[in-house]
This record gives sequence, C-alpha cells and structure tokens, in this order.
Amino acid sequence: MEEFKVIDNYLMIRLPDEIDHHKSVDISAKADRYILSKKVGNIVFDFERTTFMDSSGIGIILGRYKKISCFGGKVYAINTDNRIRRILLMSGLQNIVEIMATENRGGQDDRNS
Amino acid sequence: MIEIVEKKDTGRITNEMRIEFAAVSDNESFARMAIAAFVTPLNPTLEELSDVKTAISEAVTNSIIHGYENRGSLEDKVCMNCRLKGDVLEVEITDQGVGIEDIKMAMEPLYTSRPELDRSGMGFAFMEAFMDNLEVKSEPDIGTCIKMCKKIGISSWIDSEE
Repeated sequence: MEEFKVIDNYLMIRLPDEIDHHKSVDISAKADRYILSKKVGNIVFDFERTTFMDSSGIGIILGRYKKISCFGGKVYAINTDNRIRRILLMSGLQNIVEIMATENRGGQDDRNS
Repeated sequence: MIEIVEKKDTGRITNEMRIEFAAVSDNESFARMAIAAFVTPLNPTLEELSDVKTAISEAVTNSIIHGYENRGSLEDKVCMNCRLKGDVLEVEITDQGVGIEDIKMAMEPLYTSRPELDRSGMGFAFMEAFMDNLEVKSEPDIGTCIKMCKKIGISSWIDSEE
C-alpha cells in the first residue's frame, strides 16, 4: 500500500511495490485530495519499495505535476533504482522532475549497470 | 477477431500457453505474473524479466482501458497467447474491443486518446523499447491484436560463441 505524509509544504508519497494502471487510479485520487485539502506546494515520490512500474507511473507524476506546477510547486522522485530511472528518463521526465537516487541504493545499482 | 498471420515459420515451437481473462484492471498484475512464470525456464536476467513485464502490462492495460473503454465488464475478454521458439518469446495480446482507427497516431509517444484518465501516452513507446519487435493490427469495432517478440537469456548466445 502507498503511504502519504505531509511535512511542511511537501507531500511525501511512498509508492507501493508495483505501480500499474490498477494502482495508479487510487494513488492519483488520494494525492489530489491531499493537494487540495492540505494545500501542499511540492510533491516527493518515494520509489524505495517499488520494483515494478509501467507508463501508468508516468501518468501519476505528470498529472500531479500539472496540478502543482502552475503555483510554482516542484516534483521530486527519490530512491529511484536503475529500472525506474530508465523509465522516467525515456519519458523525458528529467526536465520537470528532480530525480534522485539514495546513496545506498543508487550506489549498489550503479555497480550492476 | 483480429489475428496476425505469420508470414514464415521462424522456428520450432518449444512451449506454448494461452490465457483468457476478464478485462478488469486487477488482471494487469495477473498477466504480468503469468508471463514472468512462463519465461522463467529461459533464465531471464532481472532486466529482461522487467522489460517483458512492463511491455505486457502496457498491452493489457491498453486493451482494458482503451479497447474495452474501462468498462470493467466480466463479459469482455483479453486473450494472451504466448509461445517460446527456443529462446525467443512471442506474445500476442488480443481483444475484441473498439479497435484503433489510426495506429500510427496511437503509437506516437505522448499521444493519448484519453487525456482525462491521467495516461502518459507512453504505452506503445515502452512496448517498442522493451521488446525486440512489435506488430499492431487493429480494425475499428472488431478489435486489436498486438504481437511482440523478445530474445531471452543472453547466456545462450555466450555459450554458442565458445
């Protein structure tokens, strides 16, 4: 299950193990509720637990970006492994999303690439 | 029903399976797990496995939300036909949905016919990128058939090099 947490002006979304269309509908709807009710400016997508993502994940990020970018909000993707990063880069998301890998997980993955 | 007719036989079929499931979004993960289990005997790398799963996920999702317009009806069926020819995986995903009017436009990256659904329009682009070959055949109001191939397991060609 995905988890949501609001820290200051940031909405942290801990994404589930697998992100597909089935899961994305729920995540998007919940995220939008937080964006509206808590008035968060920025969104952080945490991929720590995520092992699978298809283009639905790109849809979640793009959709949320559209909602907050007009107010100057920023979107971050953290704890991305090689596979997640490849999918984000293929979709050109590096232009609108700050993509980060944690030291631990990133370092480990980069050795395998 | 739409079918992709094979032009020439490219190899002996070593394994085969066919699954038909209801076009509901719960079955997207089922289709991924089924294909992963089917290719396991070929010893795919994690990367290959994730490529195949992503491509299948895109194709099945397309059938469910575009082909069958996200109706979620148990009457609507998606058929997944898989074959192994040695170390080459062939998958056909067939639906009897609305079909695609303009395949070229549908395959354009970032194009989506349902922007209100938060779709990224990257489905076909991912299928093309993650598989070795992609064929799309569609007829409005009859259905769509997607055929994809991928060679699995680089270990086999490393062996044959020696």
